[in-house]
Amino acid sequence: MIGFVNGIGRTTLAFMEATGKLAMFTALALSHCLRPPFYLRHIGRQMVDIGYYSLPVVGLTAVFTGMVLALQSYSGFARFNAESAIATVVVLSITRELGPVLAGLMVAGRIGAAMAAELGTMRVTEQVDALTTLSTNPFKYLIAPRLIAGTTMLPLLVLVADIIGVFGGYLVSVYRLGFNASTYINNTWQYLEFMDVVSGLVKAACFGFVIALMGCYHGYNSKGGAQGVGAATTNAVVSASILILVLNYLLTGIFFS
Amino acid sequence: MSMNGNGAVNGQGGATPKISLQGVKKAFGPKVVLDGIDLDIARGESVVIIGGSGTGKSVLLKCILGILEPDAGTIRIDGEDTTHARGREREAMMRKFGMLFQGAALFDSLPVWENVAFGLIQGQQLGRREAKERAVATLGAVGLNPEVADLFPAELSGGMQKRVGLARAIATRPEVIFFDEPTTGLDPIMADVINDLIVKCVRDLGATAVSITHDMASARKIADRVAMLYKGRLIWVGPVSEIDRSDNPYVEQFINGRAEGPIQMQIRAF
Ligand SMILES: Nc1ncnc2c1ncn2[C@@H]1O[C@H](COP(=O)(O)OP(=O)(O)O)[C@@H](O)[C@H]1O
Ligand SMILES: [Mg+2]
Repeated sequence: MIGFVNGIGRTTLAFMEATGKLAMFTALALSHCLRPPFYLRHIGRQMVDIGYYSLPVVGLTAVFTGMVLALQSYSGFARFNAESAIATVVVLSITRELGPVLAGLMVAGRIGAAMAAELGTMRVTEQVDALTTLSTNPFKYLIAPRLIAGTTMLPLLVLVADIIGVFGGYLVSVYRLGFNASTYINNTWQYLEFMDVVSGLVKAACFGFVIALMGCYHGYNSKGGAQGVGAATTNAVVSASILILVLNYLLTGIFFS
Repeated sequence: MSMNGNGAVNGQGGATPKISLQGVKKAFGPKVVLDGIDLDIARGESVVIIGGSGTGKSVLLKCILGILEPDAGTIRIDGEDTTHARGREREAMMRKFGMLFQGAALFDSLPVWENVAFGLIQGQQLGRREAKERAVATLGAVGLNPEVADLFPAELSGGMQKRVGLARAIATRPEVIFFDEPTTGLDPIMADVINDLIVKCVRDLGATAVSITHDMASARKIADRVAMLYKGRLIWVGPVSEIDRSDNPYVEQFINGRAEGPIQMQIRAF
């Protein structure tokens, strides 16, 4: 019994300690995002990495999601003759939820892992220490550019994903289900509100921040050789993915209640 | 110059030492690595720290550089207490330092010349073109061709990486240079080449140097003074000329490389 209580106490303490460490890390990283000097070359390189090179993955995810949404909602809605709602279902699901969440998860796997592996390797090979000895703050040089790039590029990526996803739905509806093209497009616009898109983009910015934060946090704090870097990479992807799902729920609650 | 077996030994008396350590302690969890280090290093002096693997030599350098924060004690650079310096104060202090890391620690995402020019571009805000010229010149000073400048660190051999690391450490013409095991893992000839380069660079810059090594040939070549670290303390500090007459059984065992003696390696018999 004592052992059990001890265990709970220890776990709670460890959790609080980890939370505190992460909070300090986040605060420090944010303060470096806002204060000059800014490493524009690095921000640019990260932006290209996150935004441009994620396009194929995110685009593919989006187009198939849009296609499957159209197919599924058709087979469901046909039962009570509500096929005309398909366009609306596709566009709302994509812009509000699936666009940001799926793009977030895909980018977490791609970018979060890469960041953790890169920073982790730099940590265990003392490259991070070497930065300090060359009068360069690792937070400013390594972490701030990634956070800035993640936060700004994910909304753009999601905007593209929205368009591609809706287009996927259009393709299936028009070429497979035999809808009239202009009617489908009209239906798409009819019930779409500005807020639907904006809420998705705000979510995307939050997810982008979380992905970069988790990648940097776990990479920066990794220890021990190759094994430590491996663990950091796994932790970065898992924690970013879970945080994306939790945040998504919380943000949806804030936007639409 | 005074000398005793068990404690602080000051360099040239009078003037403020370049680096002064008093009672520096560092532990990782229950494991005490540094247990009260006292050492003064004079301007322009070259001190070599010897000691077995895992005795905390690298940790000592990292404490001076502020990469690790000591648990107790004070570290003064040019008389200024920098033990807990942070932010801009720390960055300003770092401009006086250059360091050659144990594993070279080159930035593998940057070509060789950008590694060497890093401190010039980031620390001294030099333009990239001018920085590249300085980097190529510095590479020449450590015996590397200009062609190497555009390669990436992964394309270099161990000895070349050490040389690039050396070039990076000296490119900003620092006042203090640290060398962490500069010759470990190199063949004897390359090791001697590196030793000569270190001696030459330190002399040309008039820098203060602190080096770590297990290699006694290297220590004899580089050092003005030798300090031996054992169980978290400096058990012997003295001029390199006196190392063979130290009358310290630990030092004797170490410099002669004998398995038998007061230093017991933690090896359990099967
Ligand atoms: N960041 C760290 N965290 C925990 N332990 C460390 C850390 N750095 C060094 N140590 C421990 O301190 C001891 C001394 O390490 P080090 O200074 O690298 O030895 P060496 O004298 O070979 O350079 C080692 O036992 C090492 O495990
Ligand atoms: Mg070491």
